[in-house]
Amino acid sequence: MTDVKMQIFRGEEGEGEMVEYTIGLDEGMVLLDCVHRIQHEQEAELSCRWNCKAGKCGSCSAEINGKARLMCMTRMSDIIEETPEDEVITVRPMKTFPHIKDLVTDVSWNYEMAKAVVPLKGPEETDWVFSQFEAERAQEFRTCIECFICQDTCHVLREYRKFDEFGGPRTMVRLANFEMHPMDQEDRIPEVKDEFGIGYCNINKCCTDVCPAGINITDNAIIPLKERVVDRYYDPIKMIWRTITGRKLRT
Amino acid sequence: MTFESHEYDVIVVGAGGAGLRAAIEASRQGAKTAIICKSLLGKAHTVMAEGGAAAALGNADDRDGWKVHFKDTMKGGKYLNNWRMAQIHAQESADRIRELEQWGAVFDRTPKGLINQRNFGGHTYPRLAHVGDSTGLEIIRTLQEKGIHSGVDIFMEYTVSHLLQNDDGTCTGCVAYNRVDGAMHAFSSKSVILATGGITRCWSVCSGSWEYTGDGHALALNAGAELIDMEFVQFHPTGMVWPPSVRGILVTEGVRGEGGVLKNSEGVRFMFDNVPDMFKGDHAESEEESNEWVRQVVAGEIATVRRPPELLTRDVVAKAINKEVAEGRGSTHGGAYLDIASQRSPEEIISKLPSMHHQFKELAGVDITKEPMEVGPTAHYVMGGVRVDAETQESTVAGLFAAGEVASGLHGANRLGGNSLSDLIVFGKRAGEFAAKRATEVEQPQLDNADIDAAIAANLAPLAREGGENPGKVYDELRDMMQEKVGIIRKEAELESALEDLKEFATRVGKTNPGSSMIYNSGWHQVMDLTNMVEISTACALAALTRTESRGGHTREDHPEPDNGMWSHTTNVIRKIDGDIVINQEELIQPPAELEELLDRVKKED
Ligand SMILES: Cc1cc2nc3c(=O)[nH]c(=O)nc-3n(C[C@H](O)[C@H](O)[C@H](O)COP(=O)(O)OP(=O)(O)OC[C@H]3O[C@@H](n4cnc5c(N)ncnc54)[C@H](O)[C@@H]3O)c2cc1C
Ligand code: SF4
Ligand code: SF4
Ligand code: FES
Repeated sequence: MTDVKMQIFRGEEGEGEMVEYTIGLDEGMVLLDCVHRIQHEQEAELSCRWNCKAGKCGSCSAEINGKARLMCMTRMSDIIEETPEDEVITVRPMKTFPHIKDLVTDVSWNYEMAKAVVPLKGPEETDWVFSQFEAERAQEFRTCIECFICQDTCHVLREYRKFDEFGGPRTMVRLANFEMHPMDQEDRIPEVKDEFGIGYCNINKCCTDVCPAGINITDNAIIPLKERVVDRYYDPIKMIWRTITGRKLRT
Repeated sequence: MTFESHEYDVIVVGAGGAGLRAAIEASRQGAKTAIICKSLLGKAHTVMAEGGAAAALGNADDRDGWKVHFKDTMKGGKYLNNWRMAQIHAQESADRIRELEQWGAVFDRTPKGLINQRNFGGHTYPRLAHVGDSTGLEIIRTLQEKGIHSGVDIFMEYTVSHLLQNDDGTCTGCVAYNRVDGAMHAFSSKSVILATGGITRCWSVCSGSWEYTGDGHALALNAGAELIDMEFVQFHPTGMVWPPSVRGILVTEGVRGEGGVLKNSEGVRFMFDNVPDMFKGDHAESEEESNEWVRQVVAGEIATVRRPPELLTRDVVAKAINKEVAEGRGSTHGGAYLDIASQRSPEEIISKLPSMHHQFKELAGVDITKEPMEVGPTAHYVMGGVRVDAETQESTVAGLFAAGEVASGLHGANRLGGNSLSDLIVFGKRAGEFAAKRATEVEQPQLDNADIDAAIAANLAPLAREGGENPGKVYDELRDMMQEKVGIIRKEAELESALEDLKEFATRVGKTNPGSSMIYNSGWHQVMDLTNMVEISTACALAALTRTESRGGHTREDHPEPDNGMWSHTTNVIRKIDGDIVINQEELIQPPAELEELLDRVKKED
């Protein structure tokens, strides 16, 4: 067993310091194992969230060496390799959300956003018929594990704090899921534009780069939504089509 | 100590599939409803479910129907199931699945565009509605989205520590603490539904999350409710075995449903030699027949030959792997090889089993499209739990209901894969419906402050302790002990010694030192969980000691065969009397003639 050193942020409501721990490493350990080891052997009070330990629940997000990721899917061997020799591994809570304690933050804003999105509205009759191909368009977005790592990374939220104006990438993924659901009958374009402020996104793809579920957030969710907003508000032919037929024109 | 008071018609403890479905229904019936859960919404154990939800939709094979599903469930449960629950479940699960689709779930499709269904162990026909290998995520997200738009109040990151009762024992509400700030809350409620999930954290090799500490089981037991079938714990045959830090994490049965085969270190497909008498003739008897079945299923044809023996029920496959390892034919790190690479193309594997592909690549450095996986048994599910009325899900304590994994009866001695997700939505709905109905019939309970104060004092006690062990240490040792002495293969002397050890653990838990902070104190939360783990481990060990036979999820080395006599129709019932856990046996009620006819059981009693 070799030893590894790491610094973890300890404190409450943003006040605190980086504390260094030395942990014995076994083969195959992930960062979350190290946190558990510290809890069981050194510091019972150390706070972190986790549930599945298999990358499926999105509870264990933290900023490891400055990059937001899932602690349960971050192998220590990779982290040790990535950390320069004269530096120590660092683990911090997500910066974008209000801090509670140690590695735990208040992510309730994301739940408010979820509630603000109108749910799916499909036909009354059961046994809907649509193809696997159509299913897959929505399914990509439904693999989201709500880790909020994209929200943590998006500069519109992280730097510019536009929580009142912009829903963030996770909300765009949810909107795209319903918008591309083959049976949805709700008109979502006005809320995409106004309530959730898609215009704030400058498609720099930082969210896509960090998504642990591998969702192509920018290309598959945000850009198509932006196109629909443009079509609706700035394309005269489609505006006329809609006034006549009262229907969405799918593109 | 101060506390905040709340009043509801229906409180649901738990936000997994069962709890969410119950709350949606209670609210739909007009009840003022709240959910209380230990984690953030959407993170409950249900999110981890992989393979699918069983429902006889008949979309993939129209020979299927509720009667076959009923028969399979009873056979898989070795006929110790509550027959009425098995019947209701088989009849109602298809409608519950269709309803999920209307609430936004996007299941994989058949070529005709309907909900597709996959094969799983013990199910005669392809029956599991699924989304790749992340069906639980789909179901919890759908229910969560429906739930937050159903007018349900949600208290997330709260732990229910005590149930409240009036003088005649009727459940009147509960006490909970907020995990974030440590504040205490008292809830008056006309009905309380337990939907707290399972107990598998009591074993060191398990597929469950930290939440699986048997809280609901312990809450019910302490309220005087009866638990049944606590000896039956499902050890899933395929958990990861290497590296050590991922040991126990689940490898979905869907791998075998998609054609994956099990081999020992000699390359032999040992399941052909491990078919128990009751399943003789149901499965392929040669590799050719087995391969032909995979070919037909992959081609979307209706299977005309028998399925591979890898798809025998979980208890059978887990014991077979255990035997291979014990006899020296295990894999490098003490498991068996599960090979899908030789059966399906890389593209198919990635599309059908994306999260397995990802999980092995990231956590074990294994590419399952090229190499076999190493797998071995892992504690996965508890068949035992709160005894409930089949129609209403009410426990033996008035006003207290239970649904989902915490409830018992549907699965008998062994659960079929896929029957849990359907269990959650069928009986979650019923629990919500009948809890709401009760709320229209009774007055809002008046809570007794003395009871609340006592509960709060008990919750705060650990924070005042000086010195003492780290609760994490006691937790690790308890789990190792259960793994060793109450594991997949059990014997009398070890079970007796486990019961002795558990008394000592109870004392140690009472002396642990979690520090003094009330703000998101992981150590403090763990002490509370540990108290429940000790109680429920005791119930499990006691039931296991009592049942002197091997059946389903209970295997005794000293009684290796199923008993055709008394135990084939007897249920272990556990209850707490004056602080002591006691056990007695009850005759199981048998199905009526018209349902008995559907079963293909071999003669019951000699
Ligand atoms: C890896 C894995 C894969 C699986 N795959 C399948 C599958 O493919 N098909 C299938 O049918 N089954 C599967 N199962 C089984 C199935 O997922 C579970 O049995 C089921 O999800 C349990 O649901 P539940 O609603 O009863 O409880 P859970 O989803 O576990 O929810 C329990 C809830 O109770 C809350 N809770 C617990 N204690 C307290 C307390 N004291 N106070 C407040 N809240 C509390 C928790 O916070 C949580 O919200 C799988 C299980 C695992 C582990
Ligand atoms: S692409 Fe848009 S949503 Fe994504 S991080 Fe950049 S600005 Fe934020
Ligand atoms: S979209 Fe990706 S990064 Fe964002 S919350 Fe979902 S899974 Fe996490
Ligand atoms: S613990 Fe579930 S994603 Fe890390």
